[in-house]
Amino acid sequence: MANRKPTVLNRRSLLTGAFAVSALGGAALARSPQPPDFDPGNRFRPDEADAPAPVTGERYVFFSQEEAALMAALLDRIIPADDLGPGADEAGVTFFLDRQLSGGFGAGQSYYMQGPWSSGTKQQGYQTRLTPAQLYRTAIAGIEKHAQAHYGKSFADLDASQQDAIVTALEHHDVDLNGAPRDQFFSLLLTNASEGYFADPLYGGNRNMAGWKMLGFPGAHYDYRPYVAQHNKRLSIPPAGIYGGPAWENGK
Amino acid sequence: MSGTTLPAVDVVLVGFGWTGAMLGQELVQAGLKVLALERGAWRDTSNDFAVTFAQDELRYYYRHALFEEPSQGTITFRNTPSQHALPMRELGSFLPATGTGGAGVHWNGQTWRFLPSDFKVRSHNEQRYGALDPDMTVQDWGVTYDDLEPYYDKFEYLCGISGQAGNLNGEMVPGGNPFEGPRRRGYPNPPLDMTYSPELFRKAAHDLGLHPFTAPAANMSQPYTNWLGVRLGQCTYCGFCEKFGCGNYSKSSPQTTIHPVLLDNPDFELRTNSTVLRVLTDSTGKRATGVLYVDDQGNEYRQPAEIVVLCAYAYHNTHLMLLSGIGQPYSPESGKGALGRNYAYQVVSGVDLFFDKDKVFNPFIGAGALGVAIDDYNGDNFDHSGLGFIGGGYICLWNTNGRPIETQRVPPGTPKWGAKWKRAVAENYMSSASISTHGAVMSHRSNYLDLDPNYRNIHGQPLLRMTFDFKDNEHRLSDYLTDQAARVGKAMNPKQVHAKYRKGNYSIVPYQTTHNTGGTAMGADPSTSVVNPYLQSWDVPNLFVMGASVFPQNPGYNPTGTIGALTYWSANAIINRYLKSPGPLMQT
Ligand SMILES: Cc1cc2nc3c(=O)[nH]c(=O)nc-3n(C[C@H](O)[C@H](O)[C@H](O)COP(=O)(O)OP(=O)(O)OC[C@H]3O[C@@H](n4cnc5c(N)ncnc54)[C@H](O)[C@@H]3O)c2cc1C
Ligand code: SF4
Repeated sequence: MANRKPTVLNRRSLLTGAFAVSALGGAALARSPQPPDFDPGNRFRPDEADAPAPVTGERYVFFSQEEAALMAALLDRIIPADDLGPGADEAGVTFFLDRQLSGGFGAGQSYYMQGPWSSGTKQQGYQTRLTPAQLYRTAIAGIEKHAQAHYGKSFADLDASQQDAIVTALEHHDVDLNGAPRDQFFSLLLTNASEGYFADPLYGGNRNMAGWKMLGFPGAHYDYRPYVAQHNKRLSIPPAGIYGGPAWENGK
Repeated sequence: MSGTTLPAVDVVLVGFGWTGAMLGQELVQAGLKVLALERGAWRDTSNDFAVTFAQDELRYYYRHALFEEPSQGTITFRNTPSQHALPMRELGSFLPATGTGGAGVHWNGQTWRFLPSDFKVRSHNEQRYGALDPDMTVQDWGVTYDDLEPYYDKFEYLCGISGQAGNLNGEMVPGGNPFEGPRRRGYPNPPLDMTYSPELFRKAAHDLGLHPFTAPAANMSQPYTNWLGVRLGQCTYCGFCEKFGCGNYSKSSPQTTIHPVLLDNPDFELRTNSTVLRVLTDSTGKRATGVLYVDDQGNEYRQPAEIVVLCAYAYHNTHLMLLSGIGQPYSPESGKGALGRNYAYQVVSGVDLFFDKDKVFNPFIGAGALGVAIDDYNGDNFDHSGLGFIGGGYICLWNTNGRPIETQRVPPGTPKWGAKWKRAVAENYMSSASISTHGAVMSHRSNYLDLDPNYRNIHGQPLLRMTFDFKDNEHRLSDYLTDQAARVGKAMNPKQVHAKYRKGNYSIVPYQTTHNTGGTAMGADPSTSVVNPYLQSWDVPNLFVMGASVFPQNPGYNPTGTIGALTYWSANAIINRYLKSPGPLMQT
């Protein structure tokens, strides 16, 4: 039976737990003493908080080579390289998306996926039986077919203006995506591109925190108290990710 | 019937979020044996949202790490009774919680009291403006602001709300909200320090003759020890607040205000991963005998109890009542039945402001309830003659966050992708801000909750069906608030103002608020309410219902301040009246 009555954690495990690595630092801790915390029964292991697992490897695991080439080109039209920052692919967005689609997100793990199925109104939202991974796979094939039919070439081999014309057609839902819902695909594509460009680098995108640097967003900092009253002042806080910052790694 | 029967307890709480924790603490203190059944997992700060990894926008917001999973059970939705309802397959418009602490873990902490007139919406407005639209099913609460004042105070001092009083026992205090009902004492903590853009809003609103004040916040402006002896730390303005757990013990939540004391009490027990399927009643149907619940292995248990309390979040409470066959389901055709009636929500809009690059707002320095608000256009704080609507909402420049996936403000006309989009995102990140409007939703004959005939959850039970749309009152109200917000915005002298009016039908896709209300409305008339003014079921007197499901309509504020006050008000009635003589606290 699921009887998980938590009991009070003792002082020692408190110190070996997350507080020991608190980003608040000693001074802040001294100023605001922490309340007792609890042992969540069978789940708690000191030093083993539910930290996120960084992505590993370099090869694509979801996309085929052809799919990856198409996605890299497509994402580079959504977020092109310019003087402000790298393009999406260079920032790792294709790789990020590959890892997302190969995991729980791609599988639509949290979605309600029971029938009966019906397309519904715009206000009723996502109604396709395709998971995000299947949606991408189906749509990629549709985009490639469209490129071949209109230009006689792979999407990845078209020049930027031809690719832009296809993205515009995608946006207007004018590309047949092999039956996949066109509005769903395009809005998911834009969201996922932004996620890959701006999410914590531990997920494989936002390489060198390029997305954050472009904005001046300091990332995973946790204490801005010294800056609250500094109105209208450009702050130069080097960005940090959950697993550190480029500055810490290359000693800059 | 299925299920192992377990040893009886005095009280079983269904759900262990904000209301479950508050009520649990009150009832064990009164000497009762209390068991909370929570469908989700155990959650605490150091394990689940430690400062070392809490600031993860992808995981917590975009991948919904702390929210309910529709795969387990969701709602179906349609705008009107004539449409075919379809399941909400992924979360969007609202983000219900699962797990210890409920949505108290990942709320913003914007902590308001409703206006005295909000509790008398029907009688007050009819008296001042004449008859209301007959399809508007708004009603008085059966409880007044004065009844609730001590309990608002109790909740605010539990949380350690940071804020500036505006009305101390009838004396107006400069810098506070002059429209608020009288309060017995000031907030437990001073207002938060303010960032730049809300200060510009304050000045502009003030110059227009309006009454700006620092919004009340459950983010600590200084370290705080509450009346249970639980300590909270000072907020660090980390900007990962709403939709995130606080790694700092600085946001009031069940974890940071109650759990350390309650979970240490031998008379209290929490069972996580325990989903209540329904309330059990005896053969008369007038007495709850306990609940039926299922653990994460699929084992079913019958948990007997003397008192059953639904603390499962607004529309889950209604769902459980419908599944348990307690009360008469509402029919929009006949207008009869109170269960599922008066479902309401919040109508919100925004006004984006784009400034020259010489303005630097550092939007990432934020907190869930950091902002400057005006209440001049809320409730009946202004004359509605000729406006064609009742109610209103607050207008606020919140500086909650500068999280880069979520907060990308671009001027109207900017493409959605490509080089121009990228430039617009980069150029406006530091120098833009938004004013929000937070409008009331009046209940309406055709907005309601019932059981869906087609779709089921993983336990094989019918899903809850939501039928909801914004009506004329909401559109007029929201347009009016948006106009006022834009007027203040213009007075802040940005180079561009973009008023984003809430047009068209309500959609469950974009996030708006997790302020679902109604379905088990409270009131003094059992034909139009499910619970009496003490939150006790009219049909089953040993069943109580906590949370925003008891709101007969939704005023122009976030709900939790009032949810907290109502919970303590009901706890007081249970302890001081019901326990002495169990039975109806009000005669029908
Ligand atoms: C992103 C976000 C921001 C918010 N910001 C604000 C704000 O600024 N101001 C404000 O006033 N309010 C805000 N809210 C709303 C606030 O969180 C809720 O009003 C408050 O948590 C309601 O308390 P509750 O006890 O009714 O529900 P909850 O705190 O959600 O607790 C309900 C609990 O019941 C459990 N449960 C549900 N069904 C069952 C079942 N069948 N069996 C067992 N357990 C069950 C759930 O898992 C959950 O843990 C916000 C909410 C969200 C999601
Ligand atoms: S903004 Fe403050 S209260 Fe909110 S999560 Fe960050 S530190 Fe906690």
